Amino acid sequence: MSDTAEQRLEKLEKKFEELEGSRKDQLTMVVMSDDLDKMLAAFIIAVGAAAMDTKVKMFFTFWAISALRKEHVKQAKGKDLTAKMFGTMLPKGLKQLKLSKMNMEGIGKHMIKGIMKHNNVSSLDELLATAGELGVDIDICTMSMDLMGFKKEEMVDYPNLGYAGVATFLADAGESSMQLFI
Amino acid sequence: MTTEELTNLKADKSVDARGTSCPGPLLAAKKAMGEINSGQILEILSADEGTKKDIPKWATKKKHNYLGTLEESGYFKIYVKKG
Repeated sequence: MSDTAEQRLEKLEKKFEELEGSRKDQLTMVVMSDDLDKMLAAFIIAVGAAAMDTKVKMFFTFWAISALRKEHVKQAKGKDLTAKMFGTMLPKGLKQLKLSKMNMEGIGKHMIKGIMKHNNVSSLDELLATAGELGVDIDICTMSMDLMGFKKEEMVDYPNLGYAGVATFLADAGESSMQLFI
Repeated sequence: MTTEELTNLKADKSVDARGTSCPGPLLAAKKAMGEINSGQILEILSADEGTKKDIPKWATKKKHNYLGTLEESGYFKIYVKKG
């Protein structure tokens, strides 16, 4: 026997409720690059979204992790040669990131920083602080951290900093209405 | 709202975000909106052209009522009624 109109409506309503609840007003972002320009884009989007009261979750993986290192900190003890090499050669913190284009041994980077200041664009450090104030979550990929030999004590002090794996990202991305890969 | 109506509008709070660039004006608007009551009017001053388009989008999302924008020389005055 086929469903009555009422039964069909009931089913539809149930389905609608499920769909409505399945995607949150949430932005999940993979930040992979350690390019200054891409990092700027990631943080401007994150802070903008948070200003619009969207929950923001950033997942830092691979090269991007070095951007979250403390600027002036000695390398953690107990690292092997490869880890020491990564630790020395990769940027230490947001200030040391390079432009993906026109970096020109740092000249381009300093020029863009000057222009940003002139145009009242917040620096990456300021954006990170604002993101923290607005409750943006940052999770660091532990697998990448192990690959590069980074230790937790080398990471910046950030209020909502966590450590996670791919399943956390996938679960969060699955319930988000927006996902980005930068 | 017409330009004349906007010009005669009395805002309950005004926030000057002309010293900031994207997403500064949005942050300033969000903060200021938290300090007024429903039905009151917020004026946002911004020198960033993008804000003109951003504020209405934000207002729609947050169920505020975008009233309109006045163009001054070198900046914009944007009016939003809190929802």
